[in-house]
Amino acid sequence: MTTMIQVENATKSFTLSYQRSLKQTVLAKARGRKTHDTFNAVDDVSFTVSAGESVGLMGLNGSGKSTLLKLISGVMRPDSGSVMTRGRIAGLIATGTGFDNNLSGRENLYLNAAILGMSRAETDRKFDEIVDFADLGKFLDTDVAYYSSGMKARLGFSVAVNVDADIFIADEALAVGDRPFKRKCKKRMDEIVKSGVTMFYVSHAPGAVRNLCDRVLVMESGRLAFDGDVEEGIHFLHYDEGDDSGEDDGLGADV
Amino acid sequence: MSTTASGPARRAEADLEALPLAPPAATGLREVVRRRYLLGMLVRNTIKSRYQGTVLGWLWSYLQPAIRFAMFYFLFQVMIGRGSGMENFAIHLFAGMVIVHFFTETFNGGTQSLVQNRSLITKLPVPREMFPVARMLVAAWHTVPMLIILVVPCVLLGWRPDLVGMAAALLGFTLAAALGLALGLLFSVGNVFMRDVGKIAQTLTQFVTFSVPMMYPFTLVDDRFGDPWSGYYLLNPMAEAVLLIQRGFWTGTTSDPEVTAAVHLPDQLFARGLTMTAISIVLLVLAQRVFSRLEARVPERL
Repeated sequence: MTTMIQVENATKSFTLSYQRSLKQTVLAKARGRKTHDTFNAVDDVSFTVSAGESVGLMGLNGSGKSTLLKLISGVMRPDSGSVMTRGRIAGLIATGTGFDNNLSGRENLYLNAAILGMSRAETDRKFDEIVDFADLGKFLDTDVAYYSSGMKARLGFSVAVNVDADIFIADEALAVGDRPFKRKCKKRMDEIVKSGVTMFYVSHAPGAVRNLCDRVLVMESGRLAFDGDVEEGIHFLHYDEGDDSGEDDGLGADV
Repeated sequence: MSTTASGPARRAEADLEALPLAPPAATGLREVVRRRYLLGMLVRNTIKSRYQGTVLGWLWSYLQPAIRFAMFYFLFQVMIGRGSGMENFAIHLFAGMVIVHFFTETFNGGTQSLVQNRSLITKLPVPREMFPVARMLVAAWHTVPMLIILVVPCVLLGWRPDLVGMAAALLGFTLAAALGLALGLLFSVGNVFMRDVGKIAQTLTQFVTFSVPMMYPFTLVDDRFGDPWSGYYLLNPMAEAVLLIQRGFWTGTTSDPEVTAAVHLPDQLFARGLTMTAISIVLLVLAQRVFSRLEARVPERL
């Protein structure tokens, strides 16, 4: 199998500054207080993903999922270790980012596609499909500033799902728009999974992960705590225990 | 705008195997050139959204400098008369302004560019050098109407393009572009870590306006401060760039260009200009190095 994502001992640390101005820093130093702190958002994580695998990334808030995703998408670079990928990465990460309110939907479509790495020819070719999917009608040539938030989200989503990707990343973006659009999105996601693309999906929803993924990674305070079967992963996180499981703090790690 | 070919919707396993296993996002100025389609779009959109909602649209980019020039002309040529004994002082001033404006826009715009595109940089992998470069190109685009506004009165005053003059102007702009981009890259990444850096850039650009021979001739510096000091004055690369522009446009409008050049321009204009340009290009390479070392920490500090 071809390795699509190879993460080796990747570590990413963040610096927390408690003071920003010179005066505050000097005062804090004089009083012997800490001026900053570092912590590892992603701590010595290693795994590989082969072609055609569909991996769900789960974990509690602040466990390092987003940072790991940013390392894979290339927004951030690891401080140590390495993150290597093959082919073009695209997907539902921050859909609609980079929209310029002063430009029309059409212009933003081209801009957004270019940001995601598409050429003009490729965008031209997919233009109709994207427009159909977004279903903006006569608003296509209106400034995005006048769009409703749902329309903006729809446009962003349709551009993102129409980028040909070798690795498809999704960061819980299925919840855009109204009910009919959500249904359309879900159908589209199923198609993408079926097409056999390598997928990396971040979610809190066990149902969606069960539906889309065949492997689960669980992050726990920056470390990779679980890597394996979907059901076991969901069980590891206690996400399968229903709504009345509020008091199991502290027991999380002993499975 | 050229485009790069892209693969089919779903690559076959063998094709995937052929692709290299590499860090997910390539960076650097070379990557900016490779993704020039996106760069062009960023530049065009920035320009477009600046005139968004105006009836006159891009005509404003001609109107504003034209009115500015008309004001200078009226003030220096008509009201004050022939000023401090200088011919066509309005041209002298405006020619300097064209290049200083280009430089300060590149420098200041570049400095702010990363912070202004925060939402994009923290979420999607785009080569970060793209933003200072885009600001330089926007500045260059706005320079074109100013140049045209400059050339029209020049021609009316008897100026004809000469090879040496055009070479001087081109060298001046190359110098300003390389230096502006180098400083833009350095300051943009600095500005992410400390917003004070942006303020420093603003202060420096104010300094530029007054430290170049556009509101006064170079001869004034030479007369007032004498030998060692006027030499130090010429160490300012932007002073050199402005002098090159004066050679390109202003001297040609005077009654005797040869004499004007001999009186008002320093010796060895080209030797200095070439040296400064070379230094600026080295600085640009170094700035890119520093930028790529520091930019790894940019997304989390924005």
